Amino acid sequence: MNRPLLRLSVVSMLLLVALVVATTYWQAWAVGGLRDRQDNAIQQVAQFTIARGRIIAGNEKTTLAANRRVRVKGQTFFFRRYPQRGLVAQTVGYSTAGGTRAGLERSLDDYLTGANTNLSSALGHALDELGGTVHGNDVVLTIRPVAQRLALRLLGDRCGAVVAMDPHSGRIYVMASTPTYDPNLLERRNGYARILETKAECPRPAPLLNRATAGLFTPGSTFKLVTAAAALDTGAYTPDSGFVDPGYCVEYGQRVSNAGNPDQTGPETFGHVTLAQGLEHSINSVFCNVGKKLGAKTILEYAKRFGFYSTPPLETPADERAPSGLYDRGKLYWPKDFNAVDPGRLAFGQERMQATPLQMALLAATIANGGVVPRPYLVQRVVAPDGSVVASTRSQTLGRAIKPETARELTEMMKLVVQGGTGTAAQIPGVEVAGKTGTAETAVSHVYDAWFVCFAPADHPRVAVAVVVEDQPNGFGGTVAAPIAKAVLEALLRG
Amino acid sequence: MSYRNRELASLVAVGVLTAIGFASVYISLKSQLSAGSLGYAAFFFALYLAAHVVARLTVPQADPYLLPIAGLLTAIGLTEIYRLGPRDAFRQGLWIVIGVAAFAGALVWLRRDYRVIESYKYLFGIGALALLFLPLAPVIGQTVNGARLWVHVGPFQFQPGELGKIALIVFLAAYLREKREVLAQGRLKDWGPLLSIWGGSMLVLFATDDLGSALLYYGIFLGMLYVATARVAFVAAGLGLFLVGAVAVYRGTPHVRDRVLNWLEPWTTHKVYCPLNGRMTFRQDCQSYQEVQSLYSIAHGGFGGTGLGHGTFTTATGRQVIPDLRTDFIYSALAQELGLIGAAALLLLYMVFVLRGFRVALVASDGFSKLLAAGLSFGFALQTFVIVGGILRVIPLTGITLPLVSYGGSSVVSNFLLLAGLMLVSNRANRGAA
Repeated sequence: MNRPLLRLSVVSMLLLVALVVATTYWQAWAVGGLRDRQDNAIQQVAQFTIARGRIIAGNEKTTLAANRRVRVKGQTFFFRRYPQRGLVAQTVGYSTAGGTRAGLERSLDDYLTGANTNLSSALGHALDELGGTVHGNDVVLTIRPVAQRLALRLLGDRCGAVVAMDPHSGRIYVMASTPTYDPNLLERRNGYARILETKAECPRPAPLLNRATAGLFTPGSTFKLVTAAAALDTGAYTPDSGFVDPGYCVEYGQRVSNAGNPDQTGPETFGHVTLAQGLEHSINSVFCNVGKKLGAKTILEYAKRFGFYSTPPLETPADERAPSGLYDRGKLYWPKDFNAVDPGRLAFGQERMQATPLQMALLAATIANGGVVPRPYLVQRVVAPDGSVVASTRSQTLGRAIKPETARELTEMMKLVVQGGTGTAAQIPGVEVAGKTGTAETAVSHVYDAWFVCFAPADHPRVAVAVVVEDQPNGFGGTVAAPIAKAVLEALLRG
Repeated sequence: MSYRNRELASLVAVGVLTAIGFASVYISLKSQLSAGSLGYAAFFFALYLAAHVVARLTVPQADPYLLPIAGLLTAIGLTEIYRLGPRDAFRQGLWIVIGVAAFAGALVWLRRDYRVIESYKYLFGIGALALLFLPLAPVIGQTVNGARLWVHVGPFQFQPGELGKIALIVFLAAYLREKREVLAQGRLKDWGPLLSIWGGSMLVLFATDDLGSALLYYGIFLGMLYVATARVAFVAAGLGLFLVGAVAVYRGTPHVRDRVLNWLEPWTTHKVYCPLNGRMTFRQDCQSYQEVQSLYSIAHGGFGGTGLGHGTFTTATGRQVIPDLRTDFIYSALAQELGLIGAAALLLLYMVFVLRGFRVALVASDGFSKLLAAGLSFGFALQTFVIVGGILRVIPLTGITLPLVSYGGSSVVSNFLLLAGLMLVSNRANRGAA
C-alpha cells in the first residue's frame, strides 16, 4: 500500500503548493490591478489609515497640506486639510475623503503615503507599523509663499496666471492661477458646486483649472521672442538689420496692420527701424516680414527647441499640463503642409498659436540661461518621517535651444523693451530688467489677453517670470501684466 | 532527545510565538484592549502543556511534531480571531479547551489499542450519514448562505458535517481494509459501495446545496479507495462520475450555478441581474462581492502584510467589509495582516502537518492504520485546499472552515479528534518499530 500512499501524499502536496502559487499571484502579481479597482472597499478605507505626509512650501514654515485626525469606532483615519486654503490650490491639488485626488496630491500619492518604501527603509516601515500609524513622507516644494501670495493678490478678481522660476536650476518659485479655490470646501456639503460657481472677471472662471500649466492662451507679441531667436540664430538677421515700417505688412496681397497708435487714429508707424527697435516697440510689420522670410517651418522648429510641442516636465499629473503650439480644432497641430500656416501672423504670436504661462516662463528662462532650457521642478525634496531625505531634486536641463551669442543679443534687445519700449512699467530701480510685452487679440474686439515675460537682473539673471491676465478690455501687456511681473520680480529678488 | 521532549521543546517555541502574536495585537489595538487579555497566551500555553502531559502518558512514541503544529495553527487562528473580535476569541478559546479535552479523552480511551473501533465500523458509517443529513432535519437544521450545513439546538449551533468527516474516514478505513482484495479485482458487483457512496455524496450535495462538503467527502473516499486498491482507473472513473453529477447539479441548482459564475467571472463590465436586491448591478457589487473584497484584502497585504492589528476590515463607518471573515474567510484576514510571507508560512505548516501524517501512514504496519492515517491526512489537506483554493479562485468558492484556524466549535473539536487519531496510529507504529 506504500506506493499509492506516497502518490497520494504527492497529490496533497501539489494541492497545497497550488495554494502558495495562487497566494503569490494575488499578493505579488495582481496587486496593482486590484488596488486601482473602483469597487475596492478595503483600499478606499486603508488609504485613510495612513498619516499622509505634509506638503510644505519652500520656506519650510508654510504648510500647504496637513492632516486632520478622525476617530471612528476605535480606528483612526486621516483626512486632509489645507491651512493655506487657495494659496497653491491648483498645483497642490486635493485628496478628499471620497478618494478623489488632483494635483501633486495625486501624482505624489506614493511618496505621501509611503508606498514608495525601498528595502533599506522597509525595516523602519515595519517598526513604524508595530508602533501604530503608518506615516507617509513630507514633500517640500520650491514655492515661495510670499511671492505666491503677492501674485494672487495682484491678479485679484481677474483670471490669469503667474509663473516665476530660477532660470538656471528650473526651480519654480511661483505658480499662481486665478480664480483660485479653497480645497477644504470639497469636504463640505455642496462644496464642489460652490467652487464651480466661483465668480471672476472672465467668461469661464474654471477655478479648478491650473492656468499656469494647462491654460492655453494666444501668446501674441511675447512670441516675437521665438521669432527673433530664430532670426538671429539662423544668421538671417542681426539686431541691427534694417526695416522700413509703413504701419503694415503685406501678406497674401492684404495689409496686416500694426497695433493702434496711442491716439487711436490708425496704426502706429515707425518708418526706418532696426530689428532691435522692432522688438522694443513690438512692431508687428517688422516681425511679419521676418516671418515671411524665415517661413513657418523655421519658426515652429525654433519653438519646438524651446519646449513647444511637448508637455513640459513637472511633478504634477500629466493630464494637468498642456503642450504649447499651434492648435487646430482643439488639438495640437504640427502642419504637414507649412503653406497652410500664415508665417507673418505666426511671427507675432497670432495665427493659431497657443501657449501656457509655464511655457512662456521657460522661454524667458532659456534666454536668461544662455540658451539652455532648464528643466522646471516644483518638488525640492521628499523627507521621510525620521527626517532622512528620501528623494531630492537636482537641476537638469532639457537641451540647448539657441546659441549663447543669440541669447546675449536677445537679452540686450529685451532690456531695450523695459528701458524705453512697451515694457517700461516693469522697471525696477537699481536692477536691469529684460522683458517682452504681449497683447493678444481675443474673439472679442478691444478685449485682450495681456502678457509679460521677463527676467532680472538682466546680466546675472536670478528670476524669470511670465504673467498672463485674461480678457482685459483695452488692457495691454505693458500696462496690465508688466506691473504684476515687476512686483513678483522684486519680491523674489529681495528674498 | 526522546519524542516527547522534542514535542515539549517545539511547544515552548510555539508558546513564545503565541505570546509575540498576542503582544503585537495588543500593542496595535491598545486603545480597545486591556493588558489582561495578554493572559490568553499564558492560558493557551498551559492548555497545550496539559495536552502534552496526556500525550506523554498515553502515546509516548507518537510523532512529536503533530501536536506543536496543531498548537501553532490554533494559536494563529485564535490571535487573528482575537484581533477581529476579542469576544469571539473567548468563545473560540472555550472550544479549544473542549477540543483538547476531546483529544485527551480519545487518547486515554484508545491508548491500549485503537483498532477496537474497527469492529464498530458500521456504527461509524451510519453515524457519518446521519451527521451529514442532520442539517436537513426540520426543526434544528438551518440554512446559511444558501447552504444547509448548520444545526441549531438551543444556544448551540454546530456543523455536524465536520464530525461526520472523521466518522466517514474511520468507516472507510475499516471497510476498505476488509474489502480491498475483492475491490481490486474490479468486478462489477463490487462497484456497489462506490456507486452508493457516490450517490450518497450527490444526494448530500443536492439536499444541502453544499458543493464544498461533497467535494471533500468524495475526495477523501477516492483518495482512500486509491490507497486501498492502487487502481488509478477507479479514481478516474470516480472523478468522471463526480463530473457528471456536478454538471447535473450545476444545471439543476441555481445556488451552485451562481458559485460557478462567481468563480469564472467575479467582475463584470456590464450590469447583470442581482437576485439579492432584484436590481441590475455589477456582479462584484452583488453576488461575488464577498469573493472580490476578500481578494482585495489579500492583495492589500502584499509581500510583508500590514502587520497584526493593522489590517483594514471595516469601512470608515465601522461596517465589516467581508462577511464571514472569522470563519470561512479567515485566510483573507491572515493574508492581509501577515502578507505573502505569513500566508506562505501558514501553508507550509499545513504541508508539514500533512507530510507528518502521511509519514505515520507509511510506517504503520497494518492496513487499517495505514488507511486511517492516510484518510485523516488527506482529508486535512483537501479541506485546506477546498476553502483556501476557493478564496484564491483556484476552484469555485464553497464555505467550509480552515482546519484549526477558523472560528467554529465543531471544526476545532473534529480536528482535534483527527490529531488524536494520527497520534494514536503513530504511537503504535513507532512502538512496533522501536
